Amino acid sequence: MAEFRMPSLGADMEAGTLVEWLKRPGDRVKRGDVVAVVETQKGAIEVDIFEDGVIERWLVEPGTTVPVGTPLALIGDGRVVGRTPEIAAAATVPAPAAPRPVQQPAVALPFEPESRARHPHASPAARRLAAERGIALDTLTGSGPEGAILRSDVERAATALALRPAAPKRLDLTEMRRAIAAAMARSKREIPHYYLSTTVDLTRALARLEAANATRPSAGRLLLAALLLKAVARALGQAPEFNGYFNAEGFQPGAGIHIGTAIAIRGGGLVAPAIHDADKLSLDEMMARLRDLVDRARSGALRSSELSDATITVTNLGERGVETVFGVIYPPQVALVGFGVPVERPWAFGAEITARRVLTATLAADHRASDGHRGALFLADIDRRLQSPETL
Amino acid sequence: MTDGVHEITYRDAVREAIREALLADPRVFLMGEDVGRYGGCYAVTKGLLDEFGPERIRDTPLSESAFVGAGIGAALGGMRPIVEIMTVNFSLLALDQIVNNAATIRHMSGGQFAVPLVIRMATGAGRQLAAQHSHSLVGWYAHIPGLKVVTPATLEDARFMLGAALADPNPVLIFEHVMLYNRSGVLPPGAGPVDIRSAVVRRPGRHVTLVSYGGTLFKTLDAAESLAKEGIEAEVIDLRVLRPLDVETILASVCKTRRAVIVDEGWRSGSLSAEISARITEGTFWELDAPVGRVCSAEVPIPYPHHLEEAALPQPAAIIAAAKAVSGG
Repeated sequence: MAEFRMPSLGADMEAGTLVEWLKRPGDRVKRGDVVAVVETQKGAIEVDIFEDGVIERWLVEPGTTVPVGTPLALIGDGRVVGRTPEIAAAATVPAPAAPRPVQQPAVALPFEPESRARHPHASPAARRLAAERGIALDTLTGSGPEGAILRSDVERAATALALRPAAPKRLDLTEMRRAIAAAMARSKREIPHYYLSTTVDLTRALARLEAANATRPSAGRLLLAALLLKAVARALGQAPEFNGYFNAEGFQPGAGIHIGTAIAIRGGGLVAPAIHDADKLSLDEMMARLRDLVDRARSGALRSSELSDATITVTNLGERGVETVFGVIYPPQVALVGFGVPVERPWAFGAEITARRVLTATLAADHRASDGHRGALFLADIDRRLQSPETL
Repeated sequence: MTDGVHEITYRDAVREAIREALLADPRVFLMGEDVGRYGGCYAVTKGLLDEFGPERIRDTPLSESAFVGAGIGAALGGMRPIVEIMTVNFSLLALDQIVNNAATIRHMSGGQFAVPLVIRMATGAGRQLAAQHSHSLVGWYAHIPGLKVVTPATLEDARFMLGAALADPNPVLIFEHVMLYNRSGVLPPGAGPVDIRSAVVRRPGRHVTLVSYGGTLFKTLDAAESLAKEGIEAEVIDLRVLRPLDVETILASVCKTRRAVIVDEGWRSGSLSAEISARITEGTFWELDAPVGRVCSAEVPIPYPHHLEEAALPQPAAIIAAAKAVSGG
């Protein structure tokens, strides 16, 4: 029996609101399935699951705000459980990221086996309609025999829900600003940053991109960003100390290379969802993932794992016309790679001074996890790989 | 009598149905205990002996097995007998003929022989006739494949179900509740042939479905009237035909009201009401807003004293209470 818990969708997240269950008790789930929608400061996030199994029971009803780590559902192996596991809500909540107390979780849950009797009586018709409309029966008051919930009670609740303003599916930019503030303040407070910068001759890389795009329809064109991400991903393979997390136990290398890609949100704000296993993607796959991520980030349909498990962040501010990024690391990550705009500059190339297109690549890294020497090798490796774009 | 003006009784309607059948088809004849000279123990057949003579209105010995068997034989031989059994309680003496012969011969002969037999029986309690004359065993017959079982409750059904039963090529049992014989009214203008296939909604409503038949129909309609005054609109279904059951009509109503109470003068255990409840649950479980309710007779032999007899039978007060119980509050 495993527990599906309120995920941490960022170091700054302390609690989340369960908005909607997308799987029901009895449903079989496998790793990666989206099972719930959670409202966070970053908006409504689809939460995926890490285990294979069968949803045994919901422990939290939609609309409930609970601390990160609170069990939301029990995941079984599909066999009928003879005993209701006893779960103490408070005991299973790990210490939140910040010590500030979170409001008491409103967990109205059938934890004790004898609590069966407290389940609301609900007619079959009411149960079916409630399931269809995603209305939790124990939020309703029954008007039927012995207080049983009837279909008409569910209809009234459904009407009331429909009249209420829809749950904020759109990103709450104020909340997001607050979240960014918390994360960045923590970063600058806790992480001893060091910064390295190098200028990368992009002429060959851009020529290759232009050649590749000459035969592609505009929708299928490769962007420089994909190439840059690819170079970073490959270089990280040789520089594991920049890929992972720094926590109480020190540096923990990431299980894969999941590159958080900073995406600006229209109207302000920022998310950095991860492109998972970026080192294993072809250039076209990388491009597709990037497009998909940007689309979903802007429509607020990101998945929890994308938001929570990036192992490094890449910021590309080239589109905004600046040359150099001085990055602030997103805790608990340990590095951020920044790219500026490619610019044409007089450049010593071989024995000549010639016009070349160059770009400033920077590294902001956590000095607790790595030193400038390794950082320099990492940044130089990115440069070297971009000089052989055909290998990317 | 059927001109839509004159008031007639249920008894008159049944008698008129028999007359019409006798007049229409020379193969039709009536036989049973005291149907001739005495005019029937409930006076249904009064005057028929004079009108049709002893060949067609035949008094029988007190042997249900013998005269039902004779009826089966006559039906096999091409006649269209109407056999009257004084009460369903006495029909147990003819159970072998009805269940083992009438219901099976078509099947066992591979379709070579049919039994176009109609058996009329009085049924039910309320006349202080004590336990051996008052039981409602109708549901038992509804258990038997090969039989059709009909329960006319209205004047119209009393008047016209016999014709449909005689037209049926297989045995049909008609149950006439003893408390209905004196009910009177005017046949609606244009009343005519009825089917013996379908249930009928006697009163539309949207809050609860009351399923009833035969002797409890009018008690159920009375209950529905009282319920309406309290804001509960009950839909009353008259089953009319207990076998085969018109499940569709029941389910359609329950899908609308989401609640059902079955009113059955039979005893609850193993009863027709149990069967109907099961059909409702099978067919509309996800539409239900309450468990199916039942109002049945107390599980005792029907008592002789009037107050105890009334107490043992389904009454409007109990129907109202059951309807309220499934309706909430």
